[in-house]
Amino acid sequence: MKKYNEIPMAGNIIEPGNSKEYKTGGWRAKRPVHNDETCLWIRNGTCGKCWIYCPDNAVRLIEKDGKYFYEYDYDYCKGCGICANECPTQSIKMESE
Amino acid sequence: MALDFAKGITEFRWHGRGGQGVVTSNQMLGKAALKEGNYIQAFPEFGPERTGAPVRAFLRISKDPIQIYAQVYAPDVVICIDPTLLDVVNPTEGLKADGTLVINTTMTPEEVRDKYDFRGGKVVTVDASTIAMEVLGRPFYNMPTMAAAVEATKVVKIETVIEAVLERYPGKVGELNKVAIEKAVKEAKIG
Amino acid sequence: MTSVEKIPKDQMVVEGLTGDAAIALALKQCDIDVLAAYPITPQTIIVEDFQKFVANGEVKTKVIPVESEHSAMSACVGASAVGARVATATASAGLALMWEILYCAASMRMPIVLTVANRALSAPINIHNDWSDTYGARDSGFIQLYCQSSQEAYDTTIMAFKIAENKDILLPIMVCIDGFILSHNVERVEMLPDQAIKKFLGVRQPFQNLDPDNPITMGPLALTDYYFEFKEQQDEAIKRVPDVFKQVEAEFERMTGRSYGMLETYKTEDAEIILLTHSTPAGTAKVVVDVLRERDEKVGVLRLKMFRPFPSKEVAEAIKHAKAVAVFEKCRSFGSTCNPLALEVMASLYDLKEKPMVTDFVIGLGGRDVPPTTIVEGYEKTKEYLKQGKAPLYETLGVRK
Repeated sequence: MKKYNEIPMAGNIIEPGNSKEYKTGGWRAKRPVHNDETCLWIRNGTCGKCWIYCPDNAVRLIEKDGKYFYEYDYDYCKGCGICANECPTQSIKMESE
Repeated sequence: MALDFAKGITEFRWHGRGGQGVVTSNQMLGKAALKEGNYIQAFPEFGPERTGAPVRAFLRISKDPIQIYAQVYAPDVVICIDPTLLDVVNPTEGLKADGTLVINTTMTPEEVRDKYDFRGGKVVTVDASTIAMEVLGRPFYNMPTMAAAVEATKVVKIETVIEAVLERYPGKVGELNKVAIEKAVKEAKIG
Repeated sequence: MTSVEKIPKDQMVVEGLTGDAAIALALKQCDIDVLAAYPITPQTIIVEDFQKFVANGEVKTKVIPVESEHSAMSACVGASAVGARVATATASAGLALMWEILYCAASMRMPIVLTVANRALSAPINIHNDWSDTYGARDSGFIQLYCQSSQEAYDTTIMAFKIAENKDILLPIMVCIDGFILSHNVERVEMLPDQAIKKFLGVRQPFQNLDPDNPITMGPLALTDYYFEFKEQQDEAIKRVPDVFKQVEAEFERMTGRSYGMLETYKTEDAEIILLTHSTPAGTAKVVVDVLRERDEKVGVLRLKMFRPFPSKEVAEAIKHAKAVAVFEKCRSFGSTCNPLALEVMASLYDLKEKPMVTDFVIGLGGRDVPPTTIVEGYEKTKEYLKQGKAPLYETLGVRK
């Protein structure tokens, strides 16, 4: 931990976007588990609600050679469960770590 | 022995009613004194700021910087600009024995002396109400009453007062006040 | 440091100005960028006069007429964060409504100049002078300077920007005058030419400011891990004020021949009793001292100008030789041992082996006039307590009881 005279004045954050350095993945008690069979993104490249709602940009929707893939960035996924709550096809389940 | 906390300072107290220009004429006299190189304090006593309510204002004039910040309790000069106040307030309260009492009234100085049993100093009367109605056409008694006070005390030159008034009220209002002031200087009765 | 020169007398303009009008003119001459304010007596003339200058095109300031003092100070913080030179004015209940944001302004290190016409707090509602409002805000992190005259109010407002904006300080500052007693009192004021003030102050050089091209975040969260460190920074900053104040005043004195000091001593060298107060009662106290000295009373005055940071060392040094110090203050800190000014004075003396007796007189609440006789009464009581070797912790003077 830094001393009072080693940190910016008044708590100013003088380096934009440095929240990336703060990995919220460590907070996670439950992790989202994904069912490829019912997920609309995997089936036809639609929906994407989980990606829209994720507060930590921890959902990655990937398109490669006409195929659709899906992954979580566990460095930042803090296990909030918003994706599971929003999924219209109940394709995301929260399971204990 | 009473202590004198106002050495070298000429202290004034004004009586009038809210809306009659007590604050303004107090400041005019102060600014005239300032123009002649004096230090001043000109401040009103703020209370219920209502038109018609009795109000007081205070002025200090000195050759040296003034450091006392309190109301004036033992004035050298008292100026009462409203004749209807004479039975409401006692203008001689605290007035120094050698002080000057200036009153807008049709009474003579002798009559005023008898009314308040004030035997010392000077009593100055001027019918500022009539002057104001004749010259200004409105009941602005403040400037002519002030003019009588200046004439009696010579605390500043009347020309300096007129200069200050013309600066504050350029144009017709200032010119008419100048006429009223000059008339009051002539008509003031000192006794 | 900028090089200022003595201003020739013929370039000074002498005016009859109330304390409020003097501050308004000073703000204009300081060429502030933003003023956000909400009207409240007896500060009103400051903002009214300033609005006239804006309407007449005499100054290019952006005036933000807000819907409350909370918003006024918030708008000031925002504008100051961008790098603007910012001022506002308030009193009493208005200052109370600013409370939350006072702390933000200080903690976020915004060099805002807040001029205050000191006024009593409700209830009962009262528009007249005492110091309860700014004394209440004494722990907000603002620098506090108290003025005796309209001239001092004018001069201090100008210096305030230079102190607040100094990169070693970066703290907001209150310039306080006694409501009505000074705010509405026409006095002789010698005004400086615009150019001289421009040269003296320069343009504000922000240290870190909001800029879309170089984004930063201000006022974020800091919890148990860092909050304390930021308070340490803030404390270090306010401790640097006396040095910067002295530098700024020295420069101002070169320009005008006038200076006031963090405190002023008047006939204290051989004084057995020292009257300690500030603002307008300090002027009256000096007059009282002159009169008492004619009766061979050994009495002097310490007039404090800077209440925050409190110049403890200097105050102790100036009064330690006296037999007693009589404090006069226009505030009652309800339930406290004594009152804010006396508390500071006593704490400043605590480490001395031999210390003067301290008496504490609460005077002039709600604008009750403080005539010289009230000061004399406090002096006489202090003399009596010295004889008895014991004094009450505080008492009120000038109240019917």
